[in-house]
Parts: sequence; structure tokens; C-alpha cells
Amino acid sequence: MEKNINITLKVWRQRGPQEKGAFETHQLENISTESSFLEMLDVLNEKLVKGGQEPVVFDHDCREGICGMCSLYINGHPHGKDTEVTTCQLHMRRFNDGDTITIEPWRSAAFPVIRDLMVDRSAYDKIMQAGGYTSVNTGGIPDANAIPIPKTIADEAMDAASCIGCGACVAACKNGSAMLFVSAKVSQLALLPQGKVEAAKRVKAMIAKMDELGFGNCTNTRACEAECPKGVSISNIARLNREFICAKLKD
Amino acid sequence: MWLTKSSVGRKLIMSISGLFLILFLTFHMSMNLVAIISDEAYNGVCAFLGSNWYAVAGTAVLAAGVFVHFAFAIMLTLQNRRARGEQRYAVTENQPKVEWASQNMFVLGAIVILGLAVHLSHFWAHMMLPELVGSEELLLSDGVKTYAATDGAGLISYTFKNPVNVVIYVLWLCALWFHLTHGMWSAMQTLGANNNTWMPRWKMISNIFATVVCFGFIAVVIYGAIA
Repeated sequence: MEKNINITLKVWRQRGPQEKGAFETHQLENISTESSFLEMLDVLNEKLVKGGQEPVVFDHDCREGICGMCSLYINGHPHGKDTEVTTCQLHMRRFNDGDTITIEPWRSAAFPVIRDLMVDRSAYDKIMQAGGYTSVNTGGIPDANAIPIPKTIADEAMDAASCIGCGACVAACKNGSAMLFVSAKVSQLALLPQGKVEAAKRVKAMIAKMDELGFGNCTNTRACEAECPKGVSISNIARLNREFICAKLKD
Repeated sequence: MWLTKSSVGRKLIMSISGLFLILFLTFHMSMNLVAIISDEAYNGVCAFLGSNWYAVAGTAVLAAGVFVHFAFAIMLTLQNRRARGEQRYAVTENQPKVEWASQNMFVLGAIVILGLAVHLSHFWAHMMLPELVGSEELLLSDGVKTYAATDGAGLISYTFKNPVNVVIYVLWLCALWFHLTHGMWSAMQTLGANNNTWMPRWKMISNIFATVVCFGFIAVVIYGAIA
């Protein structure tokens, strides 16, 4: 049922990576509960621009939950309190009239704030560049059934591959650990025959890069799994540990 | 060395040293239960261990295990705080799926270490230590009688006659329970011996093991207090 609500926003404003940030409070009236969270922020920015103020900077792209660009730590949860949705899929019907909503950027040493709510997540790209791929020669498209893969394995690889690399796992983790992301990216390849060929080399390179970039050590709190918008399981982290320990023992 | 240089390697050291300490706890608890069955049998166990070379060697290995586990806990906690960054969240909300123990392992571990220090001063300092240094003065004496270094049963009833000690030990063992419920399955996860099927199994095994071990220890404390 559509209705309009009035809300108070506490938004993190920070002019640059080295600047000191602070919360800024804004009142928004007549926000439709049918609108998405990002549309509500668009309304805020329109109001700010009309008032001659700087709009709030935040990341977004596809707005349909698959690109991994949107972030935002909303009322103590990455992507808000709703489970298995990204911020762009979060709707204002989840909030009540008179609510105060606190919006913060991802906070982690490896994800420095660029401006306001936008953080630099290029550390994830660097981990992928370190080994999150298969070196294949391109050629004709192989037959889908040429390499038989059990359904359960294919499903597990697909579940791991559903990671969109948004960084919610790092944002949720009290240790700023990127293990859920790295484990998903290692698992999606390590589970399949095409990825097994370079599995040992890949896991060593990706973990080394992850440690180098200043992510923390995993302590299995499961906060990442609980907050992941794609429901990626920490059983992937067990696989990552297994792959890494076996690869190191073989050296 | 990848064991200390990589995050997974450091966690592996935590996992293996933790599992070693779990093994020790199992032995210690089993031996304590003997005190409930028979004082003479328990003192027999104390005499068998005493300050014989194997007991001293075992104690040294154990101390090394505790040291490694604690030293790495400090190192990992500091690294993790740094990785989290200087700016903390203004609003945080607990996730029902995240266990309280898993987020407070260092604090729980510190309580366990403090309890261990108290425990060593109650027992080890009056049992193995006097024999090691050959000093009769270190033996416990309550004015009426002096407790021999192998009189474990006597020390149990002496220590737990004091209700303050009973409360301290029960609180200590509760902290240990929380530490073990997370620590045990977490160790298996770090070793890589986990998947979707084994996750609920390991959690159940951890809960049962932690409960059995802590209740076993508490039973001896209560027995010492009432007997």
C-alpha cells in the first residue's frame, strides 16, 4: 500500500580521503514508500542542489542488484537490514514514518573513503588481477557436455560465482577481512575442471595479494555470510583454507 | 615462512594450538573426575604425574602451547583492529546469526588466562613447584596440617571450602564454555575440514564437547565445596 513518510537522515559527509568527515542531518518529507532507497537519496540530492549545496556522493550503477556498485552502511547493516538484497533493491516501505536513518560508508582500512559515501574498492580488482582468472586459449565454443560436471558441483560453483564483489563482507567484518570475497572467487574456479589446472597457483597469489592490501585475518564470526546480499556461504572459506594449506604443503 | 607471513597460516597456528589445548582439557577433566570417585585414586594420579620427567616435559609443552595461542591471539587482534581502520561505525546492530562468543574470543581468552593464573597459584604452586625447586616451604599449610605435594584431593577440598573460589572457578569455566563453543568448530573451519554438510555437525559437536568438559570441571568444584 503506497503512502508517504517523513524521515530524518544522518548522512556521512567527507570531502576527501585525507579530510575529516562528520554526520550531516537532513529532513525529508513526503517520501513514497514505493521508492527505492537510492531514489530517496536522489530526492535528497535534488533538494540539496536546488538549495545551492553539494549533493551527497554515493556509488550506484545498474540499480537491479547485479553490478555490485552500490554500497552504504544503513542503520548498522551493509545494504540495510533486509536480507539478501543490495542497497538499490532496498525499498522505503521497510522504514516507518518518523524514522531516523543513519547512512555511513564502508569502513575498512583497505577501502578508503573517496568522498562522502563512496569508497575505493579497487583493492578487490587487484586481488582478481593477481589470479582470479583462467589462462585459456580462445578458440571455438566447446560443446557444453564435452566435460561432464556433476550437478551438485556445478551448483556450488554457480553459488560462489553469484558474488558481485560489492564489499559488504569486508564492511560487515569486525576484522576487515576479505575472506568471503576471495573464497567465492577461488571456489567458482577451483570447483570446476577448467579452473583446477591453475588452482594452487591462483589461491597462493590471491591470498598473498589480499594480505598485502591490508585486509584482516578471518575469525569465523560469520557476519559476512549474514550480510552478503547474495548469500555466499562461509563453506567457501573452508575450501579456500583447504586449497591454500594443501598448496603450501605441496611446495 | 608462510605459517607466520600469511593470514591463513597465522590462523592455522591458532587452530592447531587450540586443538592441542582442547586435547589437554579433555585429559585434565577426565583425571579430575577421578577425585569424585575416590580420593585415594585421585592422589594416585597426582603421584603418578608429580614432578616426574614426563609430567615436567608435558607441562613445558603445554606452557608453550598456551604461549603460542595467546601470542598469536594478540598479534591477530592487533592486525585485525588495524585492518578495520581508525574510523568506526557510529551505528552497529547485532546480527542474530552472529554468535556473541565469536566476536569476543580475545576477551574470553583473556579471562581464561587470568583464571589459569589463579588456578596455577592454587594448585601447581603447591604441587609440582615445591618438588621442582625442592622447597618444603611452598607446600600449603592451613595451620592444622600441611598438604603433601601429591595430596590433590586435600587441595581440592581446601580450595573449594572457600565460596569465593567456587564463584571464581564457575565464572572462569563459563568463559571457557563460550570460548570452546566457537573455538572448536572454528578450528575445523580454519583447517579446511568443513563444508555445508559438516558445518551443523561441527557446531553440535563443539557445543556438546564444551558442555561436557565444563560440566565435568564444575562437578569437581561443587564436589570439593560440599564434600
